Amino acid sequence: MNGWQTLLYKEVLRFWKVAFQTVAGPVLTAMLYLLIFGHALESHVKVYDQISYTAFLVPGLAMMSLLQNAFANSSSSLIMSKMMGNLVFLLLTPLSYMNWFVAYVGAAVTRGLVVGVGVFAVSALFTDLSFVAPWWILTFAVMGAALMGTLGLIAGLWAEKFDQLAAFQNFVVMPMTFLSGVFYSIHSLPPVWQKVSHLNPFFYMIDGFRFGFFGQSDVSPWLSFSVVGGVLAVVSAIAIHLLRTGYKLRT
Amino acid sequence: MAAISFKSVSKSYASPKGPKGSTFLALDGVSLDIEEGEFFGLLGPNGAGKTTMISILAGLSRPTAGAVSVLGHDVQADYAQARRSLGVVPQELVFDPFFSVREALRIQSGYFGVKNNDDWIDELLESLGLTDKANANMRQLSGGMKRRVLVAQALVHKPPVIVLDEPTAGVDVELRQTLWQFIAKLNKQGSTVLLTTHYLEEAEALCGRIAMLKSGRIVALDHTSELLKAASSNVLRFKVDSELPKALADQARITGRIVQFPAHDALEIERYLAAVREAGLVAQDVEIRKADLEDVFLDVMNKNSQKPQELAA
Repeated sequence: MNGWQTLLYKEVLRFWKVAFQTVAGPVLTAMLYLLIFGHALESHVKVYDQISYTAFLVPGLAMMSLLQNAFANSSSSLIMSKMMGNLVFLLLTPLSYMNWFVAYVGAAVTRGLVVGVGVFAVSALFTDLSFVAPWWILTFAVMGAALMGTLGLIAGLWAEKFDQLAAFQNFVVMPMTFLSGVFYSIHSLPPVWQKVSHLNPFFYMIDGFRFGFFGQSDVSPWLSFSVVGGVLAVVSAIAIHLLRTGYKLRT
Repeated sequence: MAAISFKSVSKSYASPKGPKGSTFLALDGVSLDIEEGEFFGLLGPNGAGKTTMISILAGLSRPTAGAVSVLGHDVQADYAQARRSLGVVPQELVFDPFFSVREALRIQSGYFGVKNNDDWIDELLESLGLTDKANANMRQLSGGMKRRVLVAQALVHKPPVIVLDEPTAGVDVELRQTLWQFIAKLNKQGSTVLLTTHYLEEAEALCGRIAMLKSGRIVALDHTSELLKAASSNVLRFKVDSELPKALADQARITGRIVQFPAHDALEIERYLAAVREAGLVAQDVEIRKADLEDVFLDVMNKNSQKPQELAA
């Protein structure tokens, strides 16, 4: 393995060694949402036609878990390395800023996909799943995880304490994921809130992802692809800039 | 070509104390060349700028002015090559709790693009007395063992230039001996070694050349033997039970009951002892010894006593 591959491997190994906490835990949480909301709302909420609420919920929950875990992976790895001081081992190496970027985001995507697949695997026990357009599913899964892994990288570089990171997670990531249409189709919302939802990039990740399963969505998958791709490009540029200038890394 | 070269290097930080916007000058135009194969000591009191120098050398910090290179590779413009040439043992006892000793060393090798490094890793473990800890998790190791792993991590890529930032702070005698034997061996095989330490007897024993740093400036730079020669050649050492008068105490190096005076000749020795007697004290266990590096160090530091600068921006 060369330098960046080693860092990617190390980052994957880091979460895999505690997979009970980093993979099994999030899958269990998603299952609790599925069982409880599915049970409570199955007969009350109608989404699109013909699709049961539980079936509708699965892709949203999978994407939500995927996004949150991709974010958690890069952000918590960086903040822990900074707090414990062992980031110095990496700072002393000849790895370039692009090496850092690819490795941290790559590991975040890996964790996001592993958790996402875990959610599907367990969901399949409770409901029938359909996969109408697998390429869209994969595209949005990878792009969404990369976007959140990159955001986690930025947050991890910026945060100096765990509570700053927790604030980022609780006040930015959580509300945006919850309000993105994980639990509902935004067509069920009043027009004002539909408009607001369209400003949330998370909405496009989940909507595009869901299109891959049902062939139906609130907006065109190409629009979602463009928005998610655009946001990914912007946050990547920011993250790469921070790494290149050694923001909060090299004084 | 110099193994390590500092050219008029300055570093200022935003001052943590003092008025807003003022800066603290941690390094003030330091120039220093360390030749290949040297065992070089960098000494100075806390806050003198030793770690700042090493941080800039290692790329952890950037100079405000000046340039630093390792074997001719600029640490900023040609950072990859410079870092490949450097093995740095950091001062803080840091570790990654997710991995075992062997995993940590394999990963560190990988960062440098070194493949199939197990033979050298085994040799490092053996030389540093870590073989039976190879598969232990980093969390389970004692402080001394963690320090050994830090040394091993710095050496996985066989760097030609080794930097040790206070490697023996809080370390037991056994490790110190193991460590110095190993580092001395690497030095004999051609590695350049840069060492910072507060243990002056270590520096005296190991380093061929020494730089003393104070308030961000080099205040002495010479071969260890020359530094020792230049100092007062003898030291008068005795014990007293009560405090010395202030005028006398100011000239002495006092450690508890032990009092030491730099003395050039018999006349000076007699004068000190007479002064002690006049103060109504009795000097016990009197002896005269050769000056060591600690005497030189204190002498140099006293000659250059001035407050660290707070500069207005």
